[in-house]
Amino acid sequence: MTTSRDTSSDITLLSAAAAVDAIERGELSAGELFEAYRAAAAGDELNAYLWVADEAPAPAGQDAPLRGVPLAVKDLFCTEGVPSQAGSKILEGYRPPYTATVVAKLAAAGAPLLGKTNQDEFAMGSSNENSAFGPVLNPWDRARVPGGSSGGSAAAVAAGSAPWALGTDTGGSIRQPAALCGIVGLKPTYGTVSRYGMIAFASSLDQAGPLTRDVTDAALLLKQMVGHDNRDSTSIGFPGEIELPRSGSLKGIRLGVPEELSGAGVGIEGGVLDAFNATLKLAESLGATVETCHLPHAPHALSAYYVLAPAEASSNLARYDGVRYGRRVENGGLVGMYTKTRSEGFGREVKRRIMLGTYSLSSGYYDAYYGRAQRVRTKIADDFRTAFAEFDFVVTPTAPSVAFELGAKTSDPMSMYVNDYCTVPMSLAGIPAISIPNGLSDGLPTGFQLCGPAFSENRMLEAAYALEQATGFEATGARIHA
Amino acid sequence: MTATAEFEPVIGLEIHVQLSTKTKMFCGCALSFGEPSNTLTCPTCLGLPGTLPRANAKAIHFGLMIGLALGSELAPRSIFHRKNYFYPDLPKGYQISQYDEPLCRGGQLGDVRIHRVHLEEDAAKLVHAGSSGRIHGSDASVVDFNRGGTPLAEIVTEPDVRSAAQAREWLTLLRTTLRQLGVSDVNMEEGSLRCDANISIRPVGSTALGTKTELKNMNSFRYLERGVNAEIARQETLLRSGGHVVQETLHFDPQTERITSLRSKEEAHDYRYFPEPDLVPVSTSDEMLAAARAAMPELPAAREERLQSLGISAASARQLAWRTELGDYFEAALAAGNPPVGAPIQPLANWVCNDLVRRVGEEDPNASQVTPAALAKLVGLVSEKALTVSNARLVLDRLVADGGDPAAIVEALGLGAMGGGDDVLDPLVDAALAANADAAEKIRSGNMKAIGAIIGHVMRETKGRADGAEVTRIVRHKLGL
Ligand SMILES: [Zn+2]
Repeated sequence: MTTSRDTSSDITLLSAAAAVDAIERGELSAGELFEAYRAAAAGDELNAYLWVADEAPAPAGQDAPLRGVPLAVKDLFCTEGVPSQAGSKILEGYRPPYTATVVAKLAAAGAPLLGKTNQDEFAMGSSNENSAFGPVLNPWDRARVPGGSSGGSAAAVAAGSAPWALGTDTGGSIRQPAALCGIVGLKPTYGTVSRYGMIAFASSLDQAGPLTRDVTDAALLLKQMVGHDNRDSTSIGFPGEIELPRSGSLKGIRLGVPEELSGAGVGIEGGVLDAFNATLKLAESLGATVETCHLPHAPHALSAYYVLAPAEASSNLARYDGVRYGRRVENGGLVGMYTKTRSEGFGREVKRRIMLGTYSLSSGYYDAYYGRAQRVRTKIADDFRTAFAEFDFVVTPTAPSVAFELGAKTSDPMSMYVNDYCTVPMSLAGIPAISIPNGLSDGLPTGFQLCGPAFSENRMLEAAYALEQATGFEATGARIHA
Repeated sequence: MTATAEFEPVIGLEIHVQLSTKTKMFCGCALSFGEPSNTLTCPTCLGLPGTLPRANAKAIHFGLMIGLALGSELAPRSIFHRKNYFYPDLPKGYQISQYDEPLCRGGQLGDVRIHRVHLEEDAAKLVHAGSSGRIHGSDASVVDFNRGGTPLAEIVTEPDVRSAAQAREWLTLLRTTLRQLGVSDVNMEEGSLRCDANISIRPVGSTALGTKTELKNMNSFRYLERGVNAEIARQETLLRSGGHVVQETLHFDPQTERITSLRSKEEAHDYRYFPEPDLVPVSTSDEMLAAARAAMPELPAAREERLQSLGISAASARQLAWRTELGDYFEAALAAGNPPVGAPIQPLANWVCNDLVRRVGEEDPNASQVTPAALAKLVGLVSEKALTVSNARLVLDRLVADGGDPAAIVEALGLGAMGGGDDVLDPLVDAALAANADAAEKIRSGNMKAIGAIIGHVMRETKGRADGAEVTRIVRHKLGL
């Protein structure tokens, strides 16, 4: 941690929490910090940004708790007057007339908008290769993907061009890129953070969350994000406040390791599994108990997810019709215009999911697909409830592999979809989950995922913090490679 | 099916009612009353990316009141669905509506059973430039989103209606009920009350249902009756000539009375309904139910019953109850007339329903120059025989034109009845008999019709102030009848 005002030291090496402290003590100016990050973001070579602020906005109030530490925001959050394109050509150049609740809350709390980050189109993807604006490169190895769909946010934080970033998670879109980029990513309990102003992929699953360099930063950002919003009737808010973790103790914590998500035959890469098991051993040595548990319906989670999410998406994306905003391609009459606008505006993966979702909602198929997937979803939530009667947290590797090479999985959608194998069950259950850096495998980061019951964020952050302290993995490692 | 078979129509109605809430169904925009295009919009009702709906509590309250008025079962939990289809007047590409878990189920109004009542949002308005007036073939179309998102209650009946006239009469009762509830302007011409009809016909005596068609665009009570009759006739002609009815959605053109097909069953949309994930289910709490119950006014059916129990004829009671403003006027007159001048109840009803309505037409009598108290007084004067019926009508003309106090008008115009005293009327009757000897003779020989000439004579002499019944009595007495 850099606390002296040494001009030769790089102020972008400070964690967000450390920067907040330094500004609070008068050792660092918020304007200087913003400019340092602005320059880093403008000079980004990973294609992590789709837009970077020209100058720092007017500072929030004196007592704004985040003290002007700037924030990178995933493209799909609406930001007034600033391009918000959800990584899609169909919204190319679209500047909304309003700002998403969570972005406005964070700006008011003293985290001004630094830039908009690249993402898979409409958050559909696990590698960021589905962006209409080109793939994002992984700062650990530029021949590899950063994960997705919040790939731009993850790469920016890992590369140090942003102190922290906002992402969204529908089936793993915060946690998986966090794992592949070696940073912290947290998906809160569904309903704790307002979805108003988040361009929707799958409404019943989408949830905003922080991507940060360490667990403390995740808590610090999340604290300002949660809260009920009248404009989002599914928002619940958080009972009490998010607290910054400090104890670092794992004594008596019961960790359940689901056979179905980490056992043999699941397809977790050897190096990833080794790193996972090493951390379990470490946890035990610190007083935690580690036992196998069962989530019997988890193997069906991916199938259910790929029915439910595309179904909602097929409807959510119907508004991109060329009538009011975004791209419009005239083609002789209304139906012609619709067809051409959408054919040219959407990418392959988005079209694939619209087709899939339209099919599963069609009359005669609804019960067999959508209805059945909803029943599976209920069963998975029940599985977790049962597990949490015995365990404080369920833990898994975050992603089955380390970052893969660009283009390695683009020709086979199924091989891409299995990236979300370990993260989708928590999304379907609506429960909070966090991925923390878990060391390297073949020189690339792996992730360790903890999840707990709904609204257990504070306990989960404490446990994650304890593990972070014990493992000592540095999120800034990517800077060496970037 | 023989060419001579008698057919019976089977009709179900689907009514869309724009609710008169302050704001739209799922956003905070005010409802539109002819404001300039696209001035009452926000990111949510324009369907901009990232926006979310939030359900209007007042619309749910109104929905519950409608359910109570129709005797429906109110669901403790109902949910919104998305009805997906592409059209420029639908900014999200789906309409938020209720589907298999509506707010209200069942019920009955008059002689028609209710199937369900649910809430949804209205579409925006398309304006087509060019000659066709429809989207196909128009030079350009523009969308006015002011109406988009207006709260609608859709009321669906069971197929209990058997004629176009019954459809019209029932819709009148529904309109009055909704107006009385204060939940809508219920104006068909302005589109705040819209009615579609599902129509089939079957041989009399058959219990099977024929193939139905859905007739749209009947934007007045007259067009509803005409449209339904036209469709019944079309189906009859088809069946009698050995053809069969095709299930389709039809458009009724009130100008030409022609029925054209909008789309066939094959072209029907697959709406891909699924639960709206952006809205939590509507839980009807005890507080919401209590609030809806507390807000319920007396409804036309109940008022009709109460008025009858006061001794008013069935026909008058229905007229007063089904035209709320008429009933209100009548009850105000009843309250005002008692005392000092007791207006007898049925004559007062007659004066309101006949003489007053003839003079004010469709206008609200409460807004006329005739105060309820003045009418009560007028009717009181007649019943006390201080004024003849025909002179009372003259006074009413004056009241309608200028307002004022009926007694003062009677005084000023010298229209007061002459009183029944024989000493006043006797010489007048004598003179009339003398002047109409022929008529007197006819009366004597049993032709009572001839008495009209005698009464007419007396009335001319008294400028209508004589009491006709009294004159008749004296004539009969003098002629020894
Ligand atoms: Zn609005």
